[in-house]
Amino acid sequence: MRDLETDLEELRESYTSGKTKEASWRKSQLNGLLTLLKEKEKDIFNALEHDLGKHYAEAYRDEVGTLTKSVNLALSSLKDWMAVKKAKLPLPAFPSTAKVFPEPLGVVLIFSTWNFPFGLSLEPLIGAVAAGNAVVLKPSELAPASSSFLATNISTYLDKKAVKVIEGGQVVGEHLLSYKWDKIFFTGSTRVARAVLTAAVKHITPVTLELGGKCPAIFDSFSSSWDKEMVIKRVLGGKFGTCAGQACIGIDYILVQEGYAPTLVELLKNGTVKMFGENPKETKSMARIINKQHFSRLKNLLDDPSVKSCIVHGGGMDEHNLFIEPTILMNPPLEASIMTDEIFGPLLPIITLKKIEDSIGFINSRPKPLAIYAFTRNETLQKRIVSETSSGSVTFNDAVIQYAADTVPFGGVGESGFGSYHGKFSFDAFTHEKPILSRAMISEFWFRFPPWNDNKLALTKKAYSFDYFGFVLVLLGLKK
Amino acid sequence: MGSGVHGMEGGGVEERLAELRQTFRSGKTRTASWRKSQLKALLRLIHENEDKIFEALKHDLGKHAVEAYRDELGVVEKSVNNSLSCLDEWMAPKKSKLPLLFFPASAQVLPEPLGLVLILSSWNFPISMALDPVIGAISAGNSVVLKPSEQAPACSSLLAHTIPLYLDSKAIKVIEGGKEISQQLLEQKWDKIFFTGSSSVARIVMSAAARHLTPVTLELGGKCPVIYDHLSSPSDTEVAVKRIVGGKWGPCNGQACIGVDYLLVEEKYASQMIEMLKKIIKKFYGANPKQMQNISRIVNEHHFQRLRNLIKDPLVADSIVHGGLIDEEELFIEPTILLDPPLDADIMTEEIFGPLLPIITLKNIEESIEFINSRPKPLALYAFTKNEAFKRRILSETSSGSVTFNDIMVQFLCDTLPFGGVGQSGFGSYHGKYSFDNFSHEKAVLQRYFFLELEPRFPPWNDFKLNFIRLAYKFDYLGLILLLLGLTRD
Repeated sequence: MRDLETDLEELRESYTSGKTKEASWRKSQLNGLLTLLKEKEKDIFNALEHDLGKHYAEAYRDEVGTLTKSVNLALSSLKDWMAVKKAKLPLPAFPSTAKVFPEPLGVVLIFSTWNFPFGLSLEPLIGAVAAGNAVVLKPSELAPASSSFLATNISTYLDKKAVKVIEGGQVVGEHLLSYKWDKIFFTGSTRVARAVLTAAVKHITPVTLELGGKCPAIFDSFSSSWDKEMVIKRVLGGKFGTCAGQACIGIDYILVQEGYAPTLVELLKNGTVKMFGENPKETKSMARIINKQHFSRLKNLLDDPSVKSCIVHGGGMDEHNLFIEPTILMNPPLEASIMTDEIFGPLLPIITLKKIEDSIGFINSRPKPLAIYAFTRNETLQKRIVSETSSGSVTFNDAVIQYAADTVPFGGVGESGFGSYHGKFSFDAFTHEKPILSRAMISEFWFRFPPWNDNKLALTKKAYSFDYFGFVLVLLGLKK
Repeated sequence: MGSGVHGMEGGGVEERLAELRQTFRSGKTRTASWRKSQLKALLRLIHENEDKIFEALKHDLGKHAVEAYRDELGVVEKSVNNSLSCLDEWMAPKKSKLPLLFFPASAQVLPEPLGLVLILSSWNFPISMALDPVIGAISAGNSVVLKPSEQAPACSSLLAHTIPLYLDSKAIKVIEGGKEISQQLLEQKWDKIFFTGSSSVARIVMSAAARHLTPVTLELGGKCPVIYDHLSSPSDTEVAVKRIVGGKWGPCNGQACIGVDYLLVEEKYASQMIEMLKKIIKKFYGANPKQMQNISRIVNEHHFQRLRNLIKDPLVADSIVHGGLIDEEELFIEPTILLDPPLDADIMTEEIFGPLLPIITLKNIEESIEFINSRPKPLALYAFTKNEAFKRRILSETSSGSVTFNDIMVQFLCDTLPFGGVGQSGFGSYHGKYSFDNFSHEKAVLQRYFFLELEPRFPPWNDFKLNFIRLAYKFDYLGLILLLLGLTRD
């Protein structure tokens, strides 16, 4: 642990030296990341295969590719993001100029998680270095190959005096939290989030929390078979296709009108086989469960007999290989853990409702999720969903795709967290917008200072209401 | 129940919050018409109760009407007017461009209210620090609980009695009380907490918020320094000193988070500075400031003793070069200047929040940068200088909530600038649209259509799909077309 103190001192020194504020330094770090992603692609694929059994196409689609896109955006936008912005001032402030200057926060701490161990480590890192900070990244120990890769390679491709990867589990995490940080960026569970927030109190550290929740997918009926096919693919891709359901924005459960449910189940069954094949474990078209602990957790969700009897497809579990096949359930009891806890796995409950509009009340009686999905062409329903529910984001007729959109903020609300990132939002998450006001030294408005009298009061009032004409009248003694 | 009595009127805390939540759920506070009606009502409240507000401020802090208007009523009026005229724009969803790759799709960002918010305000600007955040919360469509500071009792009472007469009491409530009520309130679940006050109480608020994962804005203080670089022109110097005096003793007699705390000046100019300060103090406040009543008094006995203790230390008392007169009965401390009190004394380690102005001398004015950097980041940094290179150094080498060159406090009036701290001076910001944003969740809404599907997104995997995805993330549309046409090799 003594090494940690030395490391942190070195980081502070790097930051205080001013080096990380330079555009050239920031660009060099971003370029370093780009090079790392290119040159070490195979190693990254191997690490993800080791930790999660991810197929390299999924690894590219969800991690390497999105990161490449993000670094390229940061590189091309950096000058713009770093620019001082002019602010307009009301006339009474004349003569002055006002600007807003984006400055880095200082030395920041990023906690990442195990399901997208590269994406969720490096996306925040991109924002942090683009914003000119010194960084500590603590990857999740539950994805050991990825964590190890980052620890080894980040110091090779980036400035190791200003960007450090510190590996470890809970003990290391707690130890890191005992130090002073200028910002903490946390991705993970609500339980650990509370511990992070509590630790942040000591130094009044601002925090971003990217948590999860039970992301529902409202499934309306579709008449056209073209629509149906496309939508089913997107649902399956957004559930089983994204780290086997172990994703904060993955679809957790589906809400459907009871009459349509049987059709949906058939579509899902057929679609599952088409997409993942007969043997997803072999083809790696689906990732595996991260470890024994989570495997047991998921197994327990299904152990409850009242839940088990709801399984309409799948349910097969291979403990040795930590593999659970795509599993669909019909109306498990709402008070069972599978419907109260975030599933984070390849189990898909379908909940039926009398009317699809009831989904709004259903969702609102539960904690705000990170994402709400709705597959529907019904514009009225869409409008109601947007205005009557609250979630980090809403996506119509697709799932997970908002993760790749740089122009919209990515973050939660309520129990799904606060703060956001991606694109410029990442830069902003690690920036303090400092206003700079500059006034000229010309002689003052004489009514600005005491001794006070009624005339000065009248002028002050006029100035505030930007009532320039009235102002002049008072000044001329023509009005009280 | 002691100081908790006021808060218990009209039902317990939980009951009142339940009503507020119910109101929010009904969707009433989301409509533009509701928000505007509340803002207009607030404006009427200020206009129709101007005299009562002046009275309350005089009672709690001895504020003169001009100061009260300038720092409190005027600020609130300006804020409401600004919000009313901008509300439609702020509420409108903003379209976001999506890259062609997402086609066919559209995206927008929609601001939505957070829900039920708690605003804890402070005693030094008991009207504006309470109502300015309320304006933001209402504009953003939330239900609100305002807990004014019990240390400004007349203002707290005024707000508690007047607000229900003008605003929708099913959606906006004022709950009075002290520590006990605050604790009760903090145990509840809020969708946002907005706190203005000291860092010690801020920590209590943050800890309570952690339990429910509630986002928080903390508007704290700090020791706001003034860097005084020598100005050659005497008229410039006079303007500067006027602004410094006005910025130290003007706003609530130094009891202001962005008020001047201490001054840094080169030693050879120190005596000239002191002479000028004395002259201007006399001009503004007369030979007998207490009598002229153009300066606020200390808020209460507790703070009076705190300030008195700051100058009790003999080494500190020795450094007094002007003022030092105190009147315990009237809670009055006259404008006091100190020259180089010891840097480890409380007066130089803690936020003064009072009418004591330490002047710290340096060999070279540029040393002020290091001096400031070796201390917690303040809410505001002030510098009087015409040296452009020095200004640039200050900007890039120090960190503070804001920087103002050649004036004091004016940043507070600008609705187009974010007002907030960094480091120990807090996080989050408000004023103008920043207030609206502070109490909003920016919800991303994406809409995808059906007539085109990117097959390569999903398994079963093959190399074609991987190549497609690679090109897609580079937005290499030409490459994609070539790939689709089978015209590229792997």
